[in-house]
Amino acid sequence: MSPHPASENSGIWKLIFGRLDWSSLPLHEPIVVGTFLMVALGGAVVLGLVTKYRLWGTLWHDWFTTVDHKRIGIMYMILGLIMFLRGFADAIMMRLQQAMAFNGSEGYLNAHHYDQIFTAHGVIMIFFVAMPMITGIMNYIVPLQIGARDVSFPFLNNFSFWMTTAGAVIVMMSLFVGEFARTGWLAYPPLSGIAYSPGVGVDYYIWGLQIAGIGTLLSGVNLIATIVKMRAPGMTMMKLPIFTWTSLCANILIVAAFPVLTAVLALLSLDRYVGTAFFTNDMGGNPMMYVNLIWIWGHPEVYILILPLFGVFSEVTSTFSSKRLFGYSSMVYATIVIALLSYLVWLHHFFTMGSGASVNSFFGITTMVISIPTGAKLFNWLFTMYRGRIRYELPMMWTVAFMLTFTVGGMTGVLLAVPPADFVLHNSLFLIAHFHNVIIGGVLFGLFAAINYWWPKAFGFRLETTWGKRSFWLWVVGFWVAFMPLYVLGLMGVTRRMRVFDDPSLQIWFQIAALGAVMIAAGIACMFIQFAVSIKNRDQLRDTTGDPWDGRTLEWATSSPPPDYNFAFTPVIHDGDAWADMKKRGYQRPLTGYAAIHMPSNTGTGIIIAGLSVAFSVGMIWYMWWLAGLSFIAILAVAIGHTFNYKRDFTIPKDVVERIESERSTLLAAKG
Amino acid sequence: MATRSQIDPAFLDNDGKPLFHLGEEPHHPEGSSTALGFWIYLMSDCLIFACLFATYAVLGGNYAAGPGPRDLFDLNLVALNTAMLLFSSITYGFAMLAMEKNRVGATQAWLAITGLFGLAFLSIELYEFAHLIHEGATPQRSGFLSAFFALVGTHGLHVTFGIVWLVTLMVQVGKKGLIAANQRRLMCLSMFWHFLDVIWIGVFTFVYLMGMLR
Repeated sequence: MSPHPASENSGIWKLIFGRLDWSSLPLHEPIVVGTFLMVALGGAVVLGLVTKYRLWGTLWHDWFTTVDHKRIGIMYMILGLIMFLRGFADAIMMRLQQAMAFNGSEGYLNAHHYDQIFTAHGVIMIFFVAMPMITGIMNYIVPLQIGARDVSFPFLNNFSFWMTTAGAVIVMMSLFVGEFARTGWLAYPPLSGIAYSPGVGVDYYIWGLQIAGIGTLLSGVNLIATIVKMRAPGMTMMKLPIFTWTSLCANILIVAAFPVLTAVLALLSLDRYVGTAFFTNDMGGNPMMYVNLIWIWGHPEVYILILPLFGVFSEVTSTFSSKRLFGYSSMVYATIVIALLSYLVWLHHFFTMGSGASVNSFFGITTMVISIPTGAKLFNWLFTMYRGRIRYELPMMWTVAFMLTFTVGGMTGVLLAVPPADFVLHNSLFLIAHFHNVIIGGVLFGLFAAINYWWPKAFGFRLETTWGKRSFWLWVVGFWVAFMPLYVLGLMGVTRRMRVFDDPSLQIWFQIAALGAVMIAAGIACMFIQFAVSIKNRDQLRDTTGDPWDGRTLEWATSSPPPDYNFAFTPVIHDGDAWADMKKRGYQRPLTGYAAIHMPSNTGTGIIIAGLSVAFSVGMIWYMWWLAGLSFIAILAVAIGHTFNYKRDFTIPKDVVERIESERSTLLAAKG
Repeated sequence: MATRSQIDPAFLDNDGKPLFHLGEEPHHPEGSSTALGFWIYLMSDCLIFACLFATYAVLGGNYAAGPGPRDLFDLNLVALNTAMLLFSSITYGFAMLAMEKNRVGATQAWLAITGLFGLAFLSIELYEFAHLIHEGATPQRSGFLSAFFALVGTHGLHVTFGIVWLVTLMVQVGKKGLIAANQRRLMCLSMFWHFLDVIWIGVFTFVYLMGMLR
């Protein structure tokens, strides 16, 4: 079972199928075959149900081709949740393997499979879970918070979503056709070079990320332009809701960081496809160039993930303490300072790789400095809660869990920032525990807070709390049980990405960690049950006011779910907490004087180009040059064809606006 | 904070009470964010070039016992090539001036001349590449040559896309005239075209001129 033998195709077959042949299908891996059967069965059931209930038309017209930022936001969340299940399956498989592989046991995963799993886990969790989910939340909430009808470039928004999805499709394809990279999630050369990774795994990695990267970059451009250009009258920058501020900074980081990833992956592709000498050991190449460049993207990336969630925690703390956010301006400046500093710390990811004491000291100090604005934020949240009337609803519970968990993760980060300490802890499980501590404790808890907080806005009914609380406690306790043992193991010198162990005294810690992973699995199950139960009981959980939490920002001023046009009349803003201010001043919703509203039209171009991009990537990955060439030409043709369509908007007539708004008036009146 | 709760007098009604909606809806006409959005995109593209320049700075001296810049570059040819690109920028400027005066024919003519200069630039660049490869100075030969071909080639690819875009716009101006949407597109291509000029000045200076001094 040599991992990926060279293709035996020759002649015409090689011309058509490149290096794809029967041995590319992992039929010798029972786990993969079983997974494939389950996915195929599940997929067939879903497709069958969609066909049976005649939903294809709705799906295509109302969802796939939509340019409505709210629907696109929901699609991003669904993508993120689906990929989360895949990423977590990888995680629990690793935990099980490491808990078993002692005393001569090889565990149940061979090295070829295990190495793909830890690579896929990292890639999927960062690029196809965290990124789509934060983009989804920003997409949904930012235009509502600034009183806009949509984003600046609605078609681009749809296109961005489908490119992200195309990247996810490419990565998922690698599970069943060929293999994924076995390099770790950042694919350092020379290991990821053609000499040491001759198979298709690294190519799946490269094209999955490149295609998704286009989507991420364009959605970054889109949201910056939206926040700068589309704010409601009166909303100066210092009256921007704090979530929108943190989103702005995160999107600036996206635009300033993702091109670096694109460039460095392009150079790696040239090394692999053309045989250039960028990152090779010989011929004047320099692998450290890759490590530097990828971390110049990679470090800002972690702030891209966490900053919007800092915004979520700020909104939640302020709303559920029924108080204005403490230290709004300091929060804004802390966010900006974090965004700037995130570019000055990349080298702390490789203190041990020979930069010397002075360089290491500089990057060690800049890294520690980041903890200052972050600490300021924590105090702001605490002071917001101080003397507030705190309501411990689910979003607030996640926020408090975040504050406790994230602070510990931040402190172990400062430990790692000390270069001499890092020489001991580099690439150990201590590092793994640290970044899971901040990413789960910060990003994931933040996403769960955001889902519980804004679900009623998106669907018009609340999430029920019993299963929500079960999920909360299982997640939080499960996280601590799963990752504290890794700190201990890391301090004992255990390195990351190990498949089997010699020292039997370590096993108990891995077993405890596996138990934690099982608790998290139960937490995830409870979360999906929470969604299902809430949908089933939606009539009891219904919110007709559009403002179930006594919210403070504009998204709560409109109905739940908001109409296509968001606001019948664009609100005028007098205060940072615009909606709280309107309620305080006794705002009355106008009942007459509606006008027709211009809206952008739906288009199928985004999904078509994304589909062609998948075909292009398959061609590149499997060396089917004809497919790559044809689909590239087709992409150009569709894109150019799209620019010949000048009629891109339509008008919602006045009477439709009137009907929708009077329905809302009836609901509000019934509520009393 | 006092400053945050003060109300802009423009948002008060006649009795001095705060307004929550304006009499006339604020308007975001289609394309009002296009210039800003395109600028942001260009800056992200600029970062790709920054990475390629940085790679060239690091690897540019790694000849791997192969040829160096002095052995390979022909400054006369590069000067001619630079002139082609700079002229194309001037003629694109003339196209934009004609567009301002709403003269469709002149705009199209200047766009065509710009495209021809762009093609001349590409032809000379391809000739240079072919010559280098013929002499054995291939992208695979050394870190220096990999970085050289990546940087100059990426610029050349951008010019190629610029020409495809330019032809597309000429067809669209021919069909629809200088309507607002087309003017906006011409302005974006203008920014793109001048941006490539700026990048080329960096390439010319750091790769060719300073290469001869190595």
